[in-house]
Amino acid sequence: MAIVDLANPSRFLNFANRAIPWLGGVTLIAFAFAINQTLAAPDDYQQGATVKIMFLHVPGAWLGMLGFALMSIAALGTLVWRHPLADVAAKAAAPIGAAFTLMCLITGSLWGRPMWGTYWVWDARLTSVLVLFLIYLGIIAVWRTVEDPSRAARAAAIFTLVGALDLPIIKFSVEWWNTLHQGASVLRLGAPTIDSSILIPLLAMTVAFTFLFVTLLLAAMRNEILRRRVRTLRLMRASAAS
Amino acid sequence: MTALVAILLRDTRVAVRIGGGALMAVLFFLVVVTLIPFALGPDLALLQRIGPAILWLAALLASLLALDRLFGGDHEDGSLDLILMGRAPLELVVLTKGIAHWLTTGLPLVCAAPLIGLILDLDARAALALVLTLLVGTPALTFIGLVGAAIAVTLRRGGLLVAVLVLPLAVPVLIFGVAAANAAIAGPVSFGTPFTVLCALTLASFVVGPFAAAAALRQEIE
Repeated sequence: MAIVDLANPSRFLNFANRAIPWLGGVTLIAFAFAINQTLAAPDDYQQGATVKIMFLHVPGAWLGMLGFALMSIAALGTLVWRHPLADVAAKAAAPIGAAFTLMCLITGSLWGRPMWGTYWVWDARLTSVLVLFLIYLGIIAVWRTVEDPSRAARAAAIFTLVGALDLPIIKFSVEWWNTLHQGASVLRLGAPTIDSSILIPLLAMTVAFTFLFVTLLLAAMRNEILRRRVRTLRLMRASAAS
Repeated sequence: MTALVAILLRDTRVAVRIGGGALMAVLFFLVVVTLIPFALGPDLALLQRIGPAILWLAALLASLLALDRLFGGDHEDGSLDLILMGRAPLELVVLTKGIAHWLTTGLPLVCAAPLIGLILDLDARAALALVLTLLVGTPALTFIGLVGAAIAVTLRRGGLLVAVLVLPLAVPVLIFGVAAANAAIAGPVSFGTPFTVLCALTLASFVVGPFAAAAALRQEIE
């Protein structure tokens, strides 16, 4: 069975039913390891134990942006290649990505209070991530407002592609503007500037959260396919009764 | 080409004759600008300092509320289906409709802004900077709004959805518009720096807006 067979919803459901328990198990193991690493990580000499908020904040940011990138690719799949499951993936990924972005904003705000003295500041990065969160909510609003799923899919896909212009703005905001938020320390040209005693737990938490993202995404896609089948059955029953 | 000119003239004529377009937008602009001092208090120094921001916000909201006139009338009487079936490229038609919409709703806002700014004690230099930024920025608001209006065209009560879709995308225009207007009054930043970015945003929206809106219209009306 080639991977392209997964475009068939029934085959995808079979795959998801088998994959989700395994992925869930891997997620739990990954989290166990990551939390162990987090607790063992040293305190920062300036920030103390508060630096460990980073292990929630940075994966949230990365996965929020990854979720949107995934939705953009799915949008292309819907509009250009008419892939059958592209819109299912986009609809499923939107709330999960929005939740990770919200986690990034909230943990960042809680981290900023002791470190910067303020819960919020209107610098370029925080503002662009907040705009990303609003665009996520707008996409979810389009899905809920338009009734026909296939039309909602295309409208949401177009809006997703327009909103994807925000992603490079977020990534480069700390370079293009003077921001209070610190500059890139991991994903940059040249080696990461974080010490490995902090970098390893960060990467472990990122991997764990990524597995969580994939597990939740597959489960949500499965739910969405089943939801559409129920809707079709209801419509068929309603038209048969009349 | 004649098709596009015909659409431009038709839209402009319709917008001017039907009424409730240009003057309503200017009236809403005035009402919002009047409301804010009621909330903030009559401290004229404060109002003068945040005057450009208030006027920009009011212009943004007025543009937003005028958006359902873009495709709404044509969708209701079936002209939109004719346009979609016609030979003129849909992207250019949407661009022309956007230009016509700006001429009839955005441009009156720009003309009214310095007069309405008087109640916020806006001096001549600030008013000139504000008019320049609005002149360049309101087309960006219209063309970004094209996308939201196209997505929501078939929905009957999609007003709030248009706002939720358009406002996050309009945030950069607002930021740089107010920055440019404020830079002319105070601050170390020169007027040119945020103003050129605002021009860039408008030019980008001229391209992105019609393409996205045309794609959305094709998908919605099938």
